[in-house]
Amino acid sequence: MSGATNPPPKPPSADDDAFKRELVTLIPHLRAFARTLTGDPTAADDLAQDAMMKAWDARASYLMGTNMKAWTFMILRNQFYSEKRRSWRQSQLDQEAAERTLVAVDDPESPVALDELRLALATLPEEQREALILVGAGGFAYEEAADICQCAVGTVKSRVSRARKALQATLEKGGYARDGRAAGDAMRSILAAADRLAGVRT
Amino acid sequence: MTLAFRAYSNSVRVAAVYSMTDISNPSRSSGQPKGERLEEARLRQQAIGVKLRHMFDEVVNEPVPDEFLEILRRADKRAPEGGDA
Repeated sequence: MSGATNPPPKPPSADDDAFKRELVTLIPHLRAFARTLTGDPTAADDLAQDAMMKAWDARASYLMGTNMKAWTFMILRNQFYSEKRRSWRQSQLDQEAAERTLVAVDDPESPVALDELRLALATLPEEQREALILVGAGGFAYEEAADICQCAVGTVKSRVSRARKALQATLEKGGYARDGRAAGDAMRSILAAADRLAGVRT
Repeated sequence: MTLAFRAYSNSVRVAAVYSMTDISNPSRSSGQPKGERLEEARLRQQAIGVKLRHMFDEVVNEPVPDEFLEILRRADKRAPEGGDA
């Protein structure tokens, strides 16, 4: 009809429309998960866009009505690890991202407790961090997190539990000094900030 | 008799736990009953949970960059795989 030069696009089906609508609602969550995996906003958005397109291309293999959020998270996670394996520069990138994070912590305007939590999270082994994020922040059940990480439910449970313990220990120990405050203040500021948030929320 | 013995051994075990934790962490736990310490640990975990969700939701609540929707719009116009051209 109008586009004479292009091959005619497949007519959009009702299923495609429904799929796309749901996919769009998941973009903010994919961005957040990508941010926790990469620790870097720019790299995270690249990853989230790749995952979004992978999901779109694979839409025929998605069963409408099943958990699309878990399905797209699994795609994003697989994408992250396969890119990571491919990239010989990764350790260097990690180092750069870590330095940027540390610079951000020096920003006097940034909310203290959150940055300390981010730093503490960064000290966790990768598989513990992702399990804790999925269950503790992403709102996934242990079973769903196990599907996403392609491991056993018991493995997810033990990773989450170890992550929680390690996080608390790191925050209480306060392995980093900031603004000359005594180490160990991290936990106190987190408790205070959590009280404020809880107050706002309810 | 069995009950009495169990009660006794329990109190010994509790005392042992007390002295162990008191030695390993004297500044924090001295003079604090065990229940209170467990409650405190629970509160700390809860606080970390709240912050964790807040950290995640902060990104979720950011406006989505136009790029994302643009890419998805363009995806429609791509020739289908194994196209019929």
